[in-house]
Amino acid sequence: MDFTYDDEQESLRDAVRGLLGKAYSDFEQRRQTTKEDPGFSEKTWRQMAEMGLLGLPFSEDDGGVGAGPVEIGIVCQEIGRVIAPEPYLPVVVLAGGLVQACGTPEQRAEVLGGIASGEQVVAFAHDEPGSRWAPAASGVTASESDGSWTLTGTKEPVVAGERADALVVTAALPGGGTGAFLVQGADAERTGYATYDGGRAARVVLDGTAATPLGEPGTDLTASIGTVLDIGRIMAGNIALGAMQTALRSTTEYLKSRKQFGVTLNTFQALTFRSADMYISLELASSMVQWATMVIESGDADAVRVAAARCGVQVSRSSRHIGQEAIQLHGGIGMTAEYSVGSYTAVLTMLDHLLGDGDHHVDVLAAGVLDHGSLDPLAMA
Amino acid sequence: MQLALSAEDEAFRAEMREFFTTQVPDDIRAAVIEGRELSKEQIAGSMKVLDEHDLAAPHWPEEWGGRGWSDLRRHIYLDEMQAAGCPVPLAFNTSMIGPVLAQFGSQEQKERFLAKTRNCEIWWSQGFSEPDAGSDLASLRTTAVKDGDDWVVNGQKTWTTLGQYGDWIFTLVRTNPEVKKQAGISMLLIDMTSPGLEVRPIELIDGGHEVNEVWFEDVRVPGENLVGEEGQGWTIAKFLLGNERVGVAPVGAIKRHLARLKELNGERIGAEPRLAARVAELENELLALELTALRVVAHSSEGEPHPASSVLKLKGTVLQQAVSELGVDLAGPASLASGAGDGTALPDWTPHTAPTYLNLRKASIYGGSNEVQRQIIARTILGL
Ligand SMILES: Cc1cc2nc3c(=O)[nH]c(=O)nc-3n(C[C@H](O)[C@H](O)[C@H](O)COP(=O)(O)OP(=O)(O)OC[C@H]3O[C@@H](n4cnc5c(N)ncnc54)[C@H](O)[C@@H]3O)c2cc1C
Ligand SMILES: Cc1cc2nc3c(=O)[nH]c(=O)nc-3n(C[C@H](O)[C@H](O)[C@H](O)COP(=O)(O)OP(=O)(O)OC[C@H]3O[C@@H](n4cnc5c(N)ncnc54)[C@H](O)[C@@H]3O)c2cc1C
Repeated sequence: MDFTYDDEQESLRDAVRGLLGKAYSDFEQRRQTTKEDPGFSEKTWRQMAEMGLLGLPFSEDDGGVGAGPVEIGIVCQEIGRVIAPEPYLPVVVLAGGLVQACGTPEQRAEVLGGIASGEQVVAFAHDEPGSRWAPAASGVTASESDGSWTLTGTKEPVVAGERADALVVTAALPGGGTGAFLVQGADAERTGYATYDGGRAARVVLDGTAATPLGEPGTDLTASIGTVLDIGRIMAGNIALGAMQTALRSTTEYLKSRKQFGVTLNTFQALTFRSADMYISLELASSMVQWATMVIESGDADAVRVAAARCGVQVSRSSRHIGQEAIQLHGGIGMTAEYSVGSYTAVLTMLDHLLGDGDHHVDVLAAGVLDHGSLDPLAMA
Repeated sequence: MQLALSAEDEAFRAEMREFFTTQVPDDIRAAVIEGRELSKEQIAGSMKVLDEHDLAAPHWPEEWGGRGWSDLRRHIYLDEMQAAGCPVPLAFNTSMIGPVLAQFGSQEQKERFLAKTRNCEIWWSQGFSEPDAGSDLASLRTTAVKDGDDWVVNGQKTWTTLGQYGDWIFTLVRTNPEVKKQAGISMLLIDMTSPGLEVRPIELIDGGHEVNEVWFEDVRVPGENLVGEEGQGWTIAKFLLGNERVGVAPVGAIKRHLARLKELNGERIGAEPRLAARVAELENELLALELTALRVVAHSSEGEPHPASSVLKLKGTVLQQAVSELGVDLAGPASLASGAGDGTALPDWTPHTAPTYLNLRKASIYGGSNEVQRQIIARTILGL
């Protein structure tokens, strides 16, 4: 077991930090970028493509780089550090991840190639009204007639759904189970809106909309969707980790500079101890995120599922703690849109509810507590 | 000790319930219950209705529209008001400047302002905090210099809640820089249409505009707008901030919020023991808080703020925040859709949840932060 990065990973991190830091380390840049549609910078997105980040997980045959989860995690952490609004998680990790897992070679080449080059923003249309983070779909149904497939139903909220050139849509199959389909963005009725974290989402209404099955038509993909969601959870944990690091750093810097009662706030142990507690939360989350990221590499879907839940619980607890305290220790300034820290809390809240919150993950784990005596991190995956 | 309300208080409670659920316009109550933002007209409109029935400021001296109720009755009044979704009267008017003017104001000030303060014909803003004077309020720097009979005010206030609606602002200003910080502070009433006064919006993290900066550049304020004596500002501010022991924690509003979340999610809560347990814990904590509020109310001696007010403020904000957090969790992935608007396919209560949760982080910061409340408990109650 080794929690350190090798030289190549270090230089990847430096490169991504250079790119995203340049774009967003001045928080005002992020604020301006998220004010206007599509809620992220097309320029930064292109630069990420040029750096190879958008094709990082995909095989070289599919136009990607073939890097592993640790590398993807590095990118996600750097995104989190500056809360870059680019839709890396939904497009590359989720939509791209599912195409990679289930697409035919032609679909992989076309869709993943398009994502990797930055030419295609592909959204992952999975959430439905009433759904709570399950891999199955029920509100959108697929039908087949003479070998042509259509989809009917509503997906909401779909992150980056309005800007997307294409959508990967999950749908209930006529023969049972859940399939995934490629839909041209323009073929769906889409209503976009801003979300409280600065991002964009959409309601996507499908009404007999033409769709291409991902992979072998009619195959139940529930398990693959589940695994992609689990990987997404761990990558969301990586983004949250980066965001928590910055939120804590902003807080400690603020305590050292803000004066009240003629002294800087770090004079008050009531506040420095609270920062120490935030640090403890951060360290625990960091360990779980890094561990879970390495578990992905094992390729064992069950192990990844459990790791995603374990990491998810800790990240949820830590990000609430750190997000809430970061605002509180700043006082009024932490409540404003102009100052960065409140937006970090907003992003942490969004990530916490995007793919499953802490209690959801506890439920997953609670179902299995009697399966083992105690946990051994060295024997898990 | 006695648990039950007396027959008279029971009848009073029924009367209040009847009033709030029938006399306050339904659209206003629906907006409150659904957690939507209220317009200026809705807030002022409901105060007008309350005032028409002498219910806007029952705790004021009877001479100025108060009712001479017991604290218990005031508690019942507030509880029923909040349970019905009636907006609580604007605190700046009825809890802050009204009692101050009744206590410290000149006869002319009372006659000029109190009735219009009660019915919200005048909308008051609170101009205390400054960029460098938050918890350390006494270090405020906005100055007022005497010029003939007038005061000339220069400086900046910030975090002014709903200052965009304000007609008048009660302001702490430094009138004497030579003496000890607290002793050099006075309170001025300032017409917000005065030349040289500018209100600039601050955007909060939920995207809303509820606070402002207020800038003063050579703003002339007539001498008659000084409240109390020159240099008495700090005493008045302490009176204003510590004046309340009833209604410190918005228990009724928190209970209503939780009850609504239960109603909207009854099926899930019934089916998921972990969720039911979380609700049970919150309800129990709320009960403990409400009982504490009642106990404090029942024991308070006239005029003196009970130090346990700090317990109510602190725990009240914590529970308010915890219930809003439960709201986001219940909404789950739908909570993302904050900007979805009317056409959304998601349950219409879900898009508000995350902005509300973020917005309520303010509750433990303003009105004396929770750290300040802990300090009061430690010092004045525990003698530390
Ligand atoms: C069961 C037990 C076994 C022990 N075994 C050993 C042993 O084998 N050998 C040995 O040498 N000692 C031993 N100790 C002693 C132990 O190390 C001391 O109790 C410890 O150092 C705390 O000192 P104190 O008890 O005098 O408490 P104090 O130092 O008086 O502290 C009282 C409280 O104040 C807090 N506090 C103190 N200073 C600060 C500060 N600056 N800021 C914030 N909080 C502060 C403390 O954390 C504590 O909560 C043992 C103690 C116990 C209870
Ligand atoms: C939404 C909102 C609305 C508001 N509305 C109004 C209004 O209408 N009118 C008005 O005048 N003001 C208003 N305020 C201002 C509010 O009263 C101040 O924000 C509050 O007094 C805290 O001051 P500050 O923000 O400068 O934080 P600071 O005083 O800088 O405090 C920062 C952090 O340090 C802590 N802290 C400070 N001193 C100590 C200490 N000695 N020991 C331990 N901890 C300490 C604080 O609790 C806080 O956690 C509002 C604030 C908000 C957020």
